[in-house]
Parts: sequence; structure tokens; C-alpha cells
Amino acid sequence: MEYTEIMVRYGELSTKGKNRKTFIQQLAQNVRQALRPFPEVKIQALRDRMHLVLNGADANQVMQPLQKIFGIQTFSPVVKIELDEEKLKETALAMMKDHYVAGETFKVVTKRAYHEFIWDTHQINQEVGGYLFEHLPYAKVDMKNPDVTLRIEVRMDGIYLMSQVIKGMGGLPVGSSGKGMLMLSGGIDSPVAGYLAMKRGVKIEAVHFASPPYTSPQALVKTKQLTAKLAPYVGNISFLEVPFTEIQEEIKKVVPEGYLMTVTRRMMVRLCDAIVEHRHGLAMINGESLGQVASQTMHSMVAINDVTNTPILRPVITMDKLEIIDIAQQIDTYDLSIQPFEDCCTIFTPPAPKTRPKVEKAREYEARLDVEGLIQRSLEGIKVTKIDAQYDEHQAEKVWNIDGELVAETFEEEDFSDLL
Amino acid sequence: MRLEEQIYFDNSATTKIHPEVAQAYIKTSEQIMGNPSSLHQLGSQASLLLRKARLQIAETMGCQPNEIFFTSGGTEGDNWVLKGTAIEKRRYGKHMLISAIEHPAIKETAAQLRELGFEIDEIPVTKEGIIDIEAFQSLLREDTILVSVMAVNNEIGTIQPIAQVAEILESYPQIHFHVDAVQAIGQIPTEDYLVPRVDFATFSAHKFHGPRGIGFIYWKEGRRLAPLLTGGGQEQNQRSGTENLPAIVGMAKALRLLFTNNQEKRQHERELQQTLRQALSEYQDVHFFTPADETITAPHILCFGLEGIRGEVLVHALEQQHIFISTTSACSSKKDLKMNTLQAMKVPGDIADTAVRVSFCAENTLSEVHKMIQAFALYHHRLKDHS
Repeated sequence: MEYTEIMVRYGELSTKGKNRKTFIQQLAQNVRQALRPFPEVKIQALRDRMHLVLNGADANQVMQPLQKIFGIQTFSPVVKIELDEEKLKETALAMMKDHYVAGETFKVVTKRAYHEFIWDTHQINQEVGGYLFEHLPYAKVDMKNPDVTLRIEVRMDGIYLMSQVIKGMGGLPVGSSGKGMLMLSGGIDSPVAGYLAMKRGVKIEAVHFASPPYTSPQALVKTKQLTAKLAPYVGNISFLEVPFTEIQEEIKKVVPEGYLMTVTRRMMVRLCDAIVEHRHGLAMINGESLGQVASQTMHSMVAINDVTNTPILRPVITMDKLEIIDIAQQIDTYDLSIQPFEDCCTIFTPPAPKTRPKVEKAREYEARLDVEGLIQRSLEGIKVTKIDAQYDEHQAEKVWNIDGELVAETFEEEDFSDLL
Repeated sequence: MRLEEQIYFDNSATTKIHPEVAQAYIKTSEQIMGNPSSLHQLGSQASLLLRKARLQIAETMGCQPNEIFFTSGGTEGDNWVLKGTAIEKRRYGKHMLISAIEHPAIKETAAQLRELGFEIDEIPVTKEGIIDIEAFQSLLREDTILVSVMAVNNEIGTIQPIAQVAEILESYPQIHFHVDAVQAIGQIPTEDYLVPRVDFATFSAHKFHGPRGIGFIYWKEGRRLAPLLTGGGQEQNQRSGTENLPAIVGMAKALRLLFTNNQEKRQHERELQQTLRQALSEYQDVHFFTPADETITAPHILCFGLEGIRGEVLVHALEQQHIFISTTSACSSKKDLKMNTLQAMKVPGDIADTAVRVSFCAENTLSEVHKMIQAFALYHHRLKDHS
């Protein structure tokens, strides 16, 4: 079956009143980005649905990326033919044969906007329905609850047919809710948090605290690979590698063991907050799940949240570990997450961190640090890279600073073509 | 004697390393010093090179990189597949089938396994040196765990019907099907012997102008073999031991060169063989062990004998003219063993004793063949006078 266009139905955004227009524009932009490999596809974003005119592109290939775009409720491959009743019957049959399973029930629903067509609505239903009934093995008609509905629309420029409704991701178009900074450690929870935030329309940037030599280059690669798993939902994601070694060493020097974790987290939030401000974000996002570890008790949250007024979104806060793992497997981040590399959260962890830290104490110990200077130096050392689904650690990479100035360009690793 | 005066016609024993391969070997030894398992940059560099070499080999062979396992050569590959299968599958059966004309790396390994209680039957061959498919089928049993048939015989160059064996084995999905492809690679099309039903295939680099002491096995994903070398977990934990990176790199390069203009090379070798065969067939007392039918023989091997003259005598006679050929497969030619392929073909012992093997590579020339024809004429005369 050669489809001529894909019809996309919007999710809840069609109910968003005044914002609707910006939502649709954002979705169209995201679709355009995802369909970059298909320049021939024309995108028409209308008020109630979007048409992707294929112009020869393969429908199956075009539908694949659509399945990862938030804001799409469902979509259907469509065939447009000329106003010809014989062609209509044949096309209807060919289309049904593409996916029809013997024994399924069906019905035909026709909309006739162009009244000059030789058959009226009723006749079309009768003629096409009868033809299908004759030619499909074990076909049954069911007008109330059919397994398959074949929709026919007769318009002035031709007849449109569709019979499949494919479920999209739902949610809101990424970007329609603004930008947030995802604190991405490399564990199981934070990629899931990032995914869920994107699902509600947040454009994320990944913030990763790296403490070489305590954390390894492999840990960094792993986190970038995780980011690559989140990239298909949006095209590409800015990845911010934040130098954290000096801060961790300083904290270790002057803060009592019981408060190492709390003060470390406060510094992370401060840094992330500064990044939010610098890069025009609106919120921070993390993978905290209530009570999972010492830093994720409500007491800890109070002590850590003390350093900021910026909203911190915690998409998995009430989820059980198993629920989080389910999603991690669904989005294919789980296997990467469980690779055993030390990250900044696991080094220098005291044997017994306080689960009920006090804000006053945290402030008091922190006063021993040159907070401003540490934050400043870390911000200056941030390396920003762009990560898409095709990320490969051996690829050449461009590196920007936090202000978006290109500071370095790495080259592809040796290809050894002289040896091989 | 200057190197260029030598005429080397013993390429089934070993081949001359290609100068570019030798270069790559030396350069890798000198410049890539890290151990691929090391965490640091030098280790990563070595590990990246290893990965690329493996990928290149996999692409050439038309398989996935995780289906290539590096070994020390053909003998290890054969040992690994047989013993690894024996250990892995002994609970399911202790019966194996090998062809009667396998290389000693298979036959001797089978002998060792017999002592450990495995039952190993040999598939007989026809008088042309091709396995008897009907006999093979009747030898298959419920408890057969492995079938091993070489793709090209190393002594007379016959091509074994791997596709037919594969077809029969379609009905026995649990049996490991191993192909010793040491003499086949680059000499017959890969798709002729690396058919989908094949689970394991053994290769050796020095047979295609690569370094010694390195080879690989193709190991179909999903199949299981017990490792023979345990330790540091290299090769997906299946063959421990620090990877021989210079040799692996050299092998990858040799393989790439082998498959450059491969068809022309095979045609050239065939022409050399035809020329020699035609000239020798003028002699009434020359007996060919390699069948005349070119559809069942590899282009590079010709096995024949001069009636009444032990093969060894002819080898040494030609050597005086700096022409190097072989009595039988190099691995047994220094021992006083009967040629096992000829024996399996039921060639009488006194005739089998006359056998010599000429094996070409694409670098050999027609003029070298003509020199051998002349030398043969000379010695034919002289040897016959004294016999």
C-alpha cells in the first residue's frame, strides 16, 4: 500500500485555549526536526490536526520517529486517490489487506464534503462495505464496536482513505512548557525524571557533575549515552559537564562527615540554579524519590532546598523503585544505568549520612567554604556539548562554554586506516 | 641463493607475509603499546584499534563483530570447537562426526576425545575425495552433538559439499556444525561455505599472507562453547589471554588485501594449475590425485605423483632448482605418516607414497610454472633412469 500522507491528531493540547496556537507551532517544529531525514515531506499544521504530505517518502519510515514525539495522540496513514468509484473500492480493499486479520469486524464511515460525487454517503458505505465483505476472508460487519474502521472522506480534490489508528506518545510538545535543567547522575532515576518532564512539554538540558579523577571518563560517556537515549523525543539535548572536583575536595576538607552529603547537594543545587539563570531556564528537574536514600528524605529536602527559590520538579518523587525501573526499561536506559561506574554521588559518601539534617547546621558548616568562588570557578569550567540519538564517544565533538561560545573542537579518534 | 630465484609453490603450508602486513605488524608493535584491557588512555587506544580490526574482519566475512573470536591459529580454532563442544554439550550426547579427510588438528583432537569417552565416527569419502553424503546422513544419531567437515581439503584441494551438509542439518538444529575453512578462505567464495547453518568456522592468518600465530573463529551468535583458556576474560570471557594486537591488526590487513580483486586472483591461480596439469598430463606415468573436475576443486592446489618415485624424492629433486613443493600437508610431511586423505580415498599405499602437492598463491607467475615444468622434465628423465 502506498500511502500519500499521514494525518496526526493532537493530544490534550487541543483543549488548551489561548495557548493552542503556540502549542501547535511547537509541535510542528518538533515534527519538522524529527523528519529532517525526509525533506520531501510537507507539514501542514491545522487547528485540529496536522497533515504530513509524503510526496513519495515511505510512510512506515516516516511514522517511526512520530512515535517518539510528545503531543501526538494518534496518527493514521492516509491514501488520496482521484474521484473514481472503482479505484475507491480497490484502494479500500488493498488498504484493509495491509493489516486486516481474518475474523476482525469492520465498518465503513464516510464523510462527503464534495456533493458532486456520483455516490452519496449511504451508497459509498454500501458499495465499499459490500465489496470488502466479499473480498476479505471471514469478514464481519459491526456498526457499534468494530475492530477496524475504514474512514472515507470525499473532497473536491480527491478521496481520502484511512483505516489504521496508531497510538502516539500523548503528553505535550517538548518546549511548550519552557526549559528546565535535568540533574543527570547516571543512575536509574534521573533519566526517567527527564523523560517524564519532557512528556509534560519541558525542553531539558542535562547537567552532569563530574569529579575527575574520582569519577572516570567511562562514567561521563555513560551519562552521555543516557542523554542520547532521551534525545529522540526532542532531536538533540545540550549536555553540560560541570566540574565538581574542587568543590567536593573542599567540602571533604572542612565539613563534618555527617553533613558531607547535605552540603554537597546544596552546592549542586546552587550550581544548577546558576545554570538555570544563565541559560534562561525556569526550573530544575531531578530524579529524587521520597525516602529512597538519605538525601531524599523530607528533612533532607528542606535542608537542601534552602538554597534556592527556583522550582525543583521531581517527576518520580512518589514512585516506587520498581515503577521507575519499569519506565527505565521502556525507554531503554536501564541497562546503561546499571553499569557500575562511580559517579559524583557515590564518591566521598560517608558511612552514615544524616537523614534528618538541620538547615542551621548546614548553613553553619557551609560558611567555612568560599561558596561564591567555588561556584564561579565551576561555572567557568562548564563544557557544553550537543547530543543526539546517534551519539558515539569516538565521534568528533564541539564544545561550547556556558555562554554558548565555541571553546574547543575534538577530532574523531584515530581511524588507524594506515594499520588496517 | 637470492630470494627472487626461489619458486615457492607450498602456499598451503604457509604463505609469505605481505610487506604491508609486516609493516602494520611492526608499526603496531612499536606504537600501540597499551594493553587493551588497561583503563588508561593507552589502553583505550589499543582497545579501539582492536575493535576496529574486529569490525573490519566481521564486515569482510559478512557477520557481526561479536561473532569473531581471535585465536592463535587454525589448530587452536579446531581444538576449541571440538573440545569446547564436548565440554559444553556432554550432558546431551557424546557422539561426533568428522570427515575422514580432516586435518590432524581435528583428527588428533578427536582421538583425544575418544580416550575421554566420546564416540567419534568418520564420514567416508568417495574415490574423488568428497564426503559421501548418504553415508553421512546414515551416521547421524540422536546423541550427535557436533559435525565437522572442512571446506577445502588441504592435501588434494577438493571442495566439500558444505551446503548439502547444512541442508541435512537443518533438521538437527541442536547439532554444532563446524567448518575448518583454513584452506578455503579467499580461494572459494565465502558464501559457499559460510552458509547460515554453519555455527563455527576456523581460520588461520598465515595461510593468506598474514602473520603466524594468529587466526580467528566465526562463532554464530547464540551458540555455546566452553572456553579452553580461562583467566582475564578477554574475547567476551571465552578466550582469556592478552590479545595479540600486532598480529590481529596484521591479519585484518591481510584479509582486506586478500579480498581485493579476489576473483582475479582465483582465476590466476586456476590458470597456473591448469597449465601445470596440462603439461604433466603429457606423461603417462604421472598420476593425478586432485580430480579433473574444476567445479569440485579449489584453484590453488594440485596433488599428483610420479609412478615409482616417492614423493619425498621429487620434492628434494625440485628443491635443487630452488622450487619448493611439498609431499603432503606440512604438518605430517616430516613424520612417516601415510597421507591420510589419500588413504581415505582408498588409494593403494605404493601409489599414495608418490604424492606431492603443489600449492599456488596469486603472486606466483606463469613463468615460474614453466620453470617447474622444465625442471620436472629434466628430473623425470633422470629419476626414471635410476628407479
